Amino acid sequence: MSHKTTPDICFVQGNEACVRGALYAGLRFFAGYPITPSTEIAEHLAEQLPRAGGRFIQMEDEIASMCAVCGASLAGAKAMTATSGPGFSLKQEAIGYAVMTEIPCVVVNVQRAGPSTGLATKVAQGDVNQARWGTHGDHSIVVLTASSVQDVFNVTIEAFNIAETYRTPVILLFDEVVGHMREKLVIPPEGEIPVVQRLRTEVKPGVNYHPYLPREDGRLPMSDFGGAHRYNVTGLYHDIWGFPTENPEQVDKLIHHLVDKLENRAEKLALWKEYYVEDAEHLLISYGSSARSARHLVETRRAKGDRIGLLELQTLWPFPAQLVREKTAKAKNIFMVEMNMGQVLAQVKQVVQRPDRVFLVNSMDGQMVTPADIGKIMRVVEGRGF
Amino acid sequence: MSVNNYIRERFFPHLWCPGCGHGTILNALLRTVESLGIDKSNMCMVSGIGCSARISGYVDFHSMHSMHGRALACATGIKMIKPELNVVVPMGDGDAMAIGGNHFIHACRRNIDMVAIIMNNRIYGMTGGQYSPLSGSGILATTAPYRSIDREFDATQLAMGAGATFVARTTAFHVKEIGSLLKKAFEHKGFSVVEVLTQCPTYFGRKNKFGGPVQMLEWYRDNTAPLGSKKLEENSDLIPRGVFRQVDAPEYCAEYAKIVEKAHKE
Repeated sequence: MSHKTTPDICFVQGNEACVRGALYAGLRFFAGYPITPSTEIAEHLAEQLPRAGGRFIQMEDEIASMCAVCGASLAGAKAMTATSGPGFSLKQEAIGYAVMTEIPCVVVNVQRAGPSTGLATKVAQGDVNQARWGTHGDHSIVVLTASSVQDVFNVTIEAFNIAETYRTPVILLFDEVVGHMREKLVIPPEGEIPVVQRLRTEVKPGVNYHPYLPREDGRLPMSDFGGAHRYNVTGLYHDIWGFPTENPEQVDKLIHHLVDKLENRAEKLALWKEYYVEDAEHLLISYGSSARSARHLVETRRAKGDRIGLLELQTLWPFPAQLVREKTAKAKNIFMVEMNMGQVLAQVKQVVQRPDRVFLVNSMDGQMVTPADIGKIMRVVEGRGF
Repeated sequence: MSVNNYIRERFFPHLWCPGCGHGTILNALLRTVESLGIDKSNMCMVSGIGCSARISGYVDFHSMHSMHGRALACATGIKMIKPELNVVVPMGDGDAMAIGGNHFIHACRRNIDMVAIIMNNRIYGMTGGQYSPLSGSGILATTAPYRSIDREFDATQLAMGAGATFVARTTAFHVKEIGSLLKKAFEHKGFSVVEVLTQCPTYFGRKNKFGGPVQMLEWYRDNTAPLGSKKLEENSDLIPRGVFRQVDAPEYCAEYAKIVEKAHKE
């Protein structure tokens, strides 16, 4: 990257903004497999990564791509893969491995309509729960999303920062519309957006390094494969050396560490945007491309004097329960706008004071949910018919 | 030789059954690394899941005990970032040839510089003795109570068909030969495959009335022959041992380094 002092301004797709964000954050390894609608991420990185001194590889399948990302990250590189729907299903095994072994990495899922092959080129947001629970076993994970090309760039950097800080896979859950739409992107000069560098151990060569012994602040400094410290990494429950253990005390400690390091920081990990929430009687909650329709409706109605607002979530998991509880406290009606059968709706209903006042506005036909779709449901709820 | 320099003593005793051939392979591997004078910090072992895969816990290398069948894919990521590392990937027959078959084919095709060892005992041992793609038909296993009808394939032929540039085979009986073949494999620049036929007396041997470990090792002695030997010429039923292929071809990481150069120029 050049050392410019002025921002780069370009007109790009969301998928390219993701690439630019990843490179800004210091991406050095990408492994992928062609799949619509995420392929542009691999295409741009095939060209740009070697220029940035990184490595790109097209693997034999989605599984292998995620595995290669795990290996590259252990060798010291900030690493990422990108996929869509069916590919995301295949990556779950190695995502679980990264959770268990605490390998920092970023997984992009540009959502399309499922299940199965579904609608390969059409928009949907049906992978919210899969992103949270797709891999087997109890665990926690971070899932971020965005509704504009600029936000894709910003949350991609944030994804790397979170991955490195907490040694966890972070899922970037975009959707087909956000991935493919073109908008203005402003890339600030290097250094303007903070980038978290990998925390490496200060333990001297020849002195015992315990890869899985948390420091006082809970963080685990890493040592690159090929570096001074030789240690074991395993997907089995392991001790502070990284060696397999079935000791109940150690097993219990590890699972709680894995879950608590993220769940206890849910509020800190919460990213969101809000529009006219303060006095909103009707509060819309949305994320990803559907938040754009929601925002359009909110702006139109506000101009007419309606007390309507929008809470746009950018962190989906850990679910920002406290945030949603606070922001919805004064709302009479809550409209959850998403392109699935109510995956975030279920979370919202659990935390609001009046779950019976939460209504789903969705579309499930491969088409964007429109401001008119939202308006129709609102009229029904208000008792004004269609 | 001091084997202790190359193992993590604190993790012994190992979990392999008495009479298992895997320890023999570990022994030969460590002797090879020592004879080549490779610094332990330049050694990286990536394994999958199964009895064979536990080998990575015991060596004092950078070690990744990864997922079932996925060792080569994980190793590819490591090697791309640290091409200077000596990467060795021991796998079981089910690990490498069933669930990991696709990764195996494509690692051969790329000719990425690493040593793949197939520890072939013709059975899934860790899960209690189910038949593998290399068991062959007529074999008894817990999932083949009426004898297996699945045909086996030759892992070395597959490796050659897929483009591996060094391919060899030996057995756990031929301990010194394991060492000499591994040495050649480490010295070879490219993707090397060494298949070691090894014994699982606990499941394969007992179920198929092969006798104990000694009898199983004798079977490998009596039913294999070196490539180019008169013995093999006279009896085509014998399993050939030795180096099947050793050719020079562009190595993947070296080729990628050229891409990096090219990308900087354009």
